[in-house]
Amino acid sequence: MVHLTDAEKGLVNGLWGKINVDEVGGETLGRLLVVYPWTQRFFDSFGNLSSAAAIMDNPKVKAHGKKVLNSFSDGLKHLDDLKGTFAQLSELHCDKLHVDPENFRLLGNVLVVVLGHHLGAEFTPQAQAAFQKVVAGVANALAHKYH
Amino acid sequence: MVLSPNDKANVKAVWDKAGGNIGAFGGEALDRMFLGFPTTKTYFSHFDLTPGSKDIQAQGKKVADALTLAVNHLDDLPGALSKLSDLHAHKLRVDPVNFKFLSHSLLVTLSSHLGNDFTPSFHASLDKFFSNVSTVLTSKYR
Repeated sequence: MVHLTDAEKGLVNGLWGKINVDEVGGETLGRLLVVYPWTQRFFDSFGNLSSAAAIMDNPKVKAHGKKVLNSFSDGLKHLDDLKGTFAQLSELHCDKLHVDPENFRLLGNVLVVVLGHHLGAEFTPQAQAAFQKVVAGVANALAHKYH
Repeated sequence: MVLSPNDKANVKAVWDKAGGNIGAFGGEALDRMFLGFPTTKTYFSHFDLTPGSKDIQAQGKKVADALTLAVNHLDDLPGALSKLSDLHAHKLRVDPVNFKFLSHSLLVTLSSHLGNDFTPSFHASLDKFFSNVSTVLTSKYR
């Protein structure tokens, strides 16, 4: 369970409303693949991942990033029941996709860095702290059904 | 995970861009770390941990100066950071997990201030640099 104060919920929802979720999704996934290249292991079918530029421009990366972040966005509407909200996705990531949950933590932190990049000074330490709770909660929820 | 010549150039370029703000960035990174990862506060019970406090600003400048030293000795991090490595191993004994929290907080600080200069490649090089510094600082732990 994620415990955000009302102020933190306000910060999270307010700032989320200011970003282009589709674009931030593509950028976040792209940066994950650039900064932690071993994460490319899940994306053999994505084509050209041979350089930072190739990764950031890759249409499959952008499309998948958009999918991932829209799912995360749904999570923001159910902060009181992240485990329930992500139960099926958790099973999928374990049983079919075989993704080490450490990758959810990496992606969550890249998202935080990207939010800082886009929002600048508005992404205050307090705002970041609220988002750290959210990304940790989502990562834990996605790992919850692993066996 | 070794720093390539490109990584070294990227890290130096970021440090040049940050210029005289590096000390303040150090303080901001600590503010972000203490708020985002409250367990890190356990090492600073002797500090005023109010965000922006004089204690935090002074410590931030210390951290920034050490990182600047590292940036100026990228070809020999173990040598340049040897005394700090001893300090962290024998006196401070900060659990290794915390270096990741500070590195992440430094990345967020730089990303929020550097705008377009914080490209994916620079992001990657910085992450590697902080990881290498962390490894050196924990290298004598046992």
